Amino acid sequence: LALGRSFATDAADSGKLHVCVVGAGPAGFYTIDKLLKRYGDKVHVTLVDRLPTPFGLVRSGVAPDHQDTKNVTNQFSGLAADPRVTFLGHVRVGAGPGADVSLGELRERHHAVVLSYGAESDRRLGIPGEDGPGVLSARELVWWYNGHPDMRDLPIDLTQVRSVAICGIGNVALDCARALLAPAARFGPTDLAAHALQQLQASGGGREVHLVARRGPVQAACTPKELKELLTECGVAARVAAPEQLSVSAADAAEMKATRIKRRVHELVSKGVADSKGVPSGGEARELYFQFYRSPVEVLRGGPGGSVSGLKVEVTEVRPEGPGGAPVAVGSGRFETLPCQLVLKSIGYRGLPMEGVPFDAKKGVVPNEAGRVLQAVPAAGAAPPAPEPGLYVVGWLKRGPTGIIGTNLVDAEDTAASVIADTDALLTAGRGRAWPQGPAGAPGLAALLGGRGAAAVGWGGWRRLDEAEVAAGKAGGRAREKVTRVPEMLRIAGVA
Amino acid sequence: HAAAADTEGQETITVTFIDKEGKEHTVKAPIGKSLLEVAHDNEIDLEGACEGSLACSTCHLIFEDEELYKKVPEATEDELDMLDLAFGLTDTSRLGCQVLAAKELDGARVRIPAASRNFYVDGHKPKPH
Ligand SMILES: Cc1cc2nc3c(=O)[nH]c(=O)nc-3n(C[C@H](O)[C@H](O)[C@H](O)COP(=O)(O)OP(=O)(O)OC[C@H]3O[C@@H](n4cnc5c(N)ncnc54)[C@H](O)[C@@H]3O)c2cc1C
Ligand code: FES
Repeated sequence: LALGRSFATDAADSGKLHVCVVGAGPAGFYTIDKLLKRYGDKVHVTLVDRLPTPFGLVRSGVAPDHQDTKNVTNQFSGLAADPRVTFLGHVRVGAGPGADVSLGELRERHHAVVLSYGAESDRRLGIPGEDGPGVLSARELVWWYNGHPDMRDLPIDLTQVRSVAICGIGNVALDCARALLAPAARFGPTDLAAHALQQLQASGGGREVHLVARRGPVQAACTPKELKELLTECGVAARVAAPEQLSVSAADAAEMKATRIKRRVHELVSKGVADSKGVPSGGEARELYFQFYRSPVEVLRGGPGGSVSGLKVEVTEVRPEGPGGAPVAVGSGRFETLPCQLVLKSIGYRGLPMEGVPFDAKKGVVPNEAGRVLQAVPAAGAAPPAPEPGLYVVGWLKRGPTGIIGTNLVDAEDTAASVIADTDALLTAGRGRAWPQGPAGAPGLAALLGGRGAAAVGWGGWRRLDEAEVAAGKAGGRAREKVTRVPEMLRIAGVA
Repeated sequence: HAAAADTEGQETITVTFIDKEGKEHTVKAPIGKSLLEVAHDNEIDLEGACEGSLACSTCHLIFEDEELYKKVPEATEDELDMLDLAFGLTDTSRLGCQVLAAKELDGARVRIPAASRNFYVDGHKPKPH
């Protein structure tokens, strides 16, 4: 506590802004980058994350065979090692069991809190049979193969899975399809978690994956790079069950003509299917079915003990019946069954609410204006709610689960600009009241956590774990051998 | 400054970067170096999240002069696939890690796209090309 007080005095004297960033993913790091650049030595950032490991979805989302994409962690590490930043890992913000500190306690110790804790839940299909074994969200599978401790013990046995239906056809769906279809050797040199690699190796070659999309190839949310990779690098035979699944309407054709990315996606799928004609089905074939114009209606559980036996889909027609003539998928009343033992839902992530923060349950995001958290969810026709002083949001929690890593950079500029514009008000708030001398900042938070016996992992601790992972990987010719259990992480980091 | 020492005895061209604040940085670019490397050698704030491995699109640059843009060797399909995801794409956009300094590009002016409020994150539609 004494440490906290002397630091606070210093802070008040220098007019230093104390900011706490909650969530060490790309959005949090890019926000820190902007704040350090703008404030120079007039800022100190406390960066907390619920995991002992930093980098959010760069570690636990980005595919293991996309190591280049993870290069951005070098830049983020430079930020975290900056003397103006204190990293405190293994600190869960929230209320109730499992939480280490409340948002209120962070706000009492900082001029501003920036929420960047991502979107760690899933949208639901809302169909019968969805709940229960054999149906997973893409998030769960991705966390499992990327060694996220929450999914370390996911009950999954790929040796028993011959056919998988993936609902959705965005890049996350393609990441999952690659993991399930590509030869396991593709992942040997990567940092795919050892427990997942063992299953991929044990389950051999032959498998089919169905990518189920309610609309057509022109509406597919995936990008050409990912599609090309799956179709050309993974030994996959591309299929459509019916030729009309590749057909496009006149409106689609016009959109393809105008937009390169749409044209490329359609071209890649068509070419992939044409090139695979000669590849025999079944046996050891790795088959990828593009199930366009199919809407999931029920998970069939006709397998032993109620296990998944198939996905029932309704054939759809795309009609310009949405707002402003937008194409929507309309059911045709015709149904098909895709036999499968595993259903993956890849229809979008969702943010989670936090005590003390207004939450837009419909969109799964925190209501905000240019990153300033609003005191309530704006209601149609009513005056916009006022911003909550000192509380900001950025990244997936702010704008929903879309965009690439770089999108968070643009987003962080927006939120950081709001913090910067509010500087004077932030510095004055609390003076003469809660913080006559300025807030306690990072040392104050560390003291609070220490008093609670919470084992926070500092940047040095993470570096020890990082080095151990890389060294263990090197021994096996791999980019990294991830540690996937929290107690072991803490032991290696030297805090337990 | 540092750039001069680096480039001693090497052929260079002149490139002007216009940063997000609109500030101009006119620098010497050694022939064969990527514009991303040139920016970093001169402490110009151009992102390069994937460190030049064509996996991110954060090194997006916009050529101010269309004639000069046309002199840059054409983008590969892989670059175009990445570029399509760049924020604030224009008809004269390229990825800074893929464009190498060459004689024809002497005097080039390239802009680092800035985010402004009315041009916000996912609302923007990529410009067709
Ligand atoms: C499967 C997948 C693959 C992807 N692949 C790519 C790709 O190849 N290229 C690309 O550019 N983009 C990719 N993306 C997108 C990219 O990962 C996201 O845009 C980005 O990670 C979002 O950043 P964020 O900081 O908002 O959230 P996150 O990265 O999710 O970070 C949130 C952080 O908050 C922490 N946290 C959560 N709750 C709490 C709490 N209560 N207290 C404290 N901390 C908490 C989490 O542990 C996490 O570290 C991918 C996304 C997914 C899901
Ligand atoms: S630095 Fe990533 S694409 Fe150029």
